[in-house]
Amino acid sequence: MSKSNEYCPSRLHGIWALTNRELKKWYKAPVIFLLSIIQPIIWMGLLGKAMNIGALIPKVPGIDPGTVMQQTLGTSDYFSFMAVGMIAFTALFTTMFSGMSVVWDRRLGFLNKVLSTPVSRAVIIFSKVLSATLRSMFQAGLIIVLAIAFGLQFGGNFNPLNILGVFAIMFLVCVGLSSLFIAITIRSTRMETPMAVMNLINLPMMFASNAFFPTKFMPDWLQTIAQYNPLTYTTDAVRQLLIFNTDYTQLALDFTYVGIFSVIVATIGIVLSWRFLSK
Amino acid sequence: MSEEVIKAEGLTKVFNKHLTAVDHVNFSVKQGEIFGFLGPNGAGKTTTINMLITVLKPTEGKASVLDFDISKQDYNVRNVIGLVPQEYTADEDLTGLENVLLCADLYGIPRNVAKERAMDLLKLVELTDFKDKKVQIYSGGMRRRLELACGLINRPKVLFLDEPTLGLDVQTRAATWDYIRKLKKEFGMTLFMTTHYLEEADALCDRVAIIDHGKIVVVGSPEELKHSLGGDVITLSVKENADVSELVSKVEHVKEIKKEDNSYRIKAEYGEVTAPFIIEALRRKGYTVTKLSLTEPTLNEVYLEYTGKSMRDAEESREAFVAQRITMRRARGRGR
Repeated sequence: MSKSNEYCPSRLHGIWALTNRELKKWYKAPVIFLLSIIQPIIWMGLLGKAMNIGALIPKVPGIDPGTVMQQTLGTSDYFSFMAVGMIAFTALFTTMFSGMSVVWDRRLGFLNKVLSTPVSRAVIIFSKVLSATLRSMFQAGLIIVLAIAFGLQFGGNFNPLNILGVFAIMFLVCVGLSSLFIAITIRSTRMETPMAVMNLINLPMMFASNAFFPTKFMPDWLQTIAQYNPLTYTTDAVRQLLIFNTDYTQLALDFTYVGIFSVIVATIGIVLSWRFLSK
Repeated sequence: MSEEVIKAEGLTKVFNKHLTAVDHVNFSVKQGEIFGFLGPNGAGKTTTINMLITVLKPTEGKASVLDFDISKQDYNVRNVIGLVPQEYTADEDLTGLENVLLCADLYGIPRNVAKERAMDLLKLVELTDFKDKKVQIYSGGMRRRLELACGLINRPKVLFLDEPTLGLDVQTRAATWDYIRKLKKEFGMTLFMTTHYLEEADALCDRVAIIDHGKIVVVGSPEELKHSLGGDVITLSVKENADVSELVSKVEHVKEIKKEDNSYRIKAEYGEVTAPFIIEALRRKGYTVTKLSLTEPTLNEVYLEYTGKSMRDAEESREAFVAQRITMRRARGRGR
C-alpha cells in the first residue's frame, strides 16, 4: 500500500473546517449571536454612561471638569475612556469561553474523534485559538461601531487606518490569551476546575489594568501588577489609536510588549497542549 | 496485503504508572471479519480501541493496522481507519449533512466528492429526509446512524465501533445491527467493535475476544465458545431430600453435575434427548422430579465459565461514567 489516502491532505488541512465549526455554533445560533451584541451595549451603558465621572468634579469656578479629566484620563470623556477598555474586556472573556469549549469537546467524545482522523494535533489547537481570536476581533469591531454611535470622541490625530491597528493588537493579545486558556482546560474533564481557575485569573486581571481606571491613581503595589499586565498595554494601545493624541513611542512599546507576551504564552500553551494530545 | 488486518502483540496501557487498563493482550483480526471485544465496563475495551486508533500511545507492546505500526506510522493508520465512537459526537447545532461534510473535511476530501459520498451514505442509513434538520431533533437511533455515516466518509478499510448501541432500546439496537451489516456488505471493510452486550456480540461478531481486567481470557467464534462449554445446561429439582448426584451422573451424555441449594445444575450433551433419560432414571429409583428446565448455552454462560462471574457493572472512571450518562441521555432522544 503506497498511498494511504487518495487525497493526500496537507499537514495544515482541517484548520478551516474546525475553526468554522466553532464559529458556526456562534453565528448560526441567533440567541448567542444576539447576546454577544447586546452584552457590550449593556456594559457600555452601565459603566460608561452611568458612571459619569465628570459629574463628580465640583463645579468650582476656575476648574473645568473637561480639563481635569483630560489631565487624569487623557481624554475629557469618561465614556470614551471606558468604551475602549471594553475591548480588552471582550478579548479576555471571549477567549475564556472558547477555552471552555475544549472541555466539552473532550467530554462529548468529539476530541477523540478528531484525534483519530489525519488532522494534525497542532491544527486542532490552532483552530481553537483562531476561532476565539476571530470572534474577539469581530466583537471588538462591533464595540467600536457601537461606541461611535453612542458618541465616542476620537483623538486629535485619529486616522481611519488606526482601526486596523486595533485589530492587530487584538489579534496578538487573543492568540496569547486563548492559548493560555486552552492549556489550562485541555487536561480537564470537568467544567468546575477550569471555571474556578479562570474566574480567579480574570477579574483581578481586568481590574489590575487600566481598562476602567487609570493606573497612576492606583496604590503602588497594584501599579506594579498593572505594569506587567498585558491588558494594560492592550488597552493603552487601543486608546492611543482611537481616543488619545497618538504617542508613537508609547504605541510601539505597547505593541512590543503584547507581541512578546503573545509569542511566549502561545508557544508554552501550544507546546503543553500538543504534548498532552500526543500522550 | 497480509491476511491479518490488525495485529496486537503484548499491547499494554498503564495509566498514572499503576493503573493497568490493558495488560499484554495478543490478538489478530482477519481481513473482512467482524471482531468483537466483549467485557464489562472497565475491562479495557475502550482503552484498546483508543490505542489502535492512535489516540493513546501504548505503554508497552506493539500493534499494527494494515501493516502500519500504530506508534510509528500513526498518520498512515489514521488515513485508513474510520471511527464510530461510543459517544454522540455530531454537533447538535449543525444539520446531519453539515456534520458528515465536517468529517469529510477532516480527511481532506474535496467538497464535490464529499457531497456525493455524504448523500449516498445518508441514503444508506435512511437519513435523507432529515439531512437538513439540526441534529438536536434526532432520536438516539438516528444519531447512531449519523455516526455510522460519518465514520464511513473516508471509505475506511477498517472501521472501529466503540459500543455501537450503548443506551439504545432493544428494537433500535436490532435495527442498528442491520445497518451495520448492510454497510459492511456495501463497503466490505473489516470491523473491530467493543460491546458489553452479550446478545450484540452473538448477533454481529464473527469472532469474539472476552476481556476482563485488561486481559483476554478466551477468543473464538460465538459458536465455538458456546460449544466449548460442553453442551446444554439442565436444571432440575426433586421432591425428596436425598442427594441424587451420583445417580444422575451415570446417565449417558451427562458430563457434570453440581448441587445448588435445592436444585441440580447438570451439563449434558444433546440436552433435549438426555433430559427424559434423567427423569426416567430418577423415577425408577422412586424420586419425583418437581421442576426441570433446559437452556442452550448463551455467551452469558461462556462469560460465566471463563471469568467466574456475571457481567458486572463497575464504572471505568468518573469521566467514562459522565460521558456514558450523557450518551445515554441523548440516546433516549429529545425530539422524538
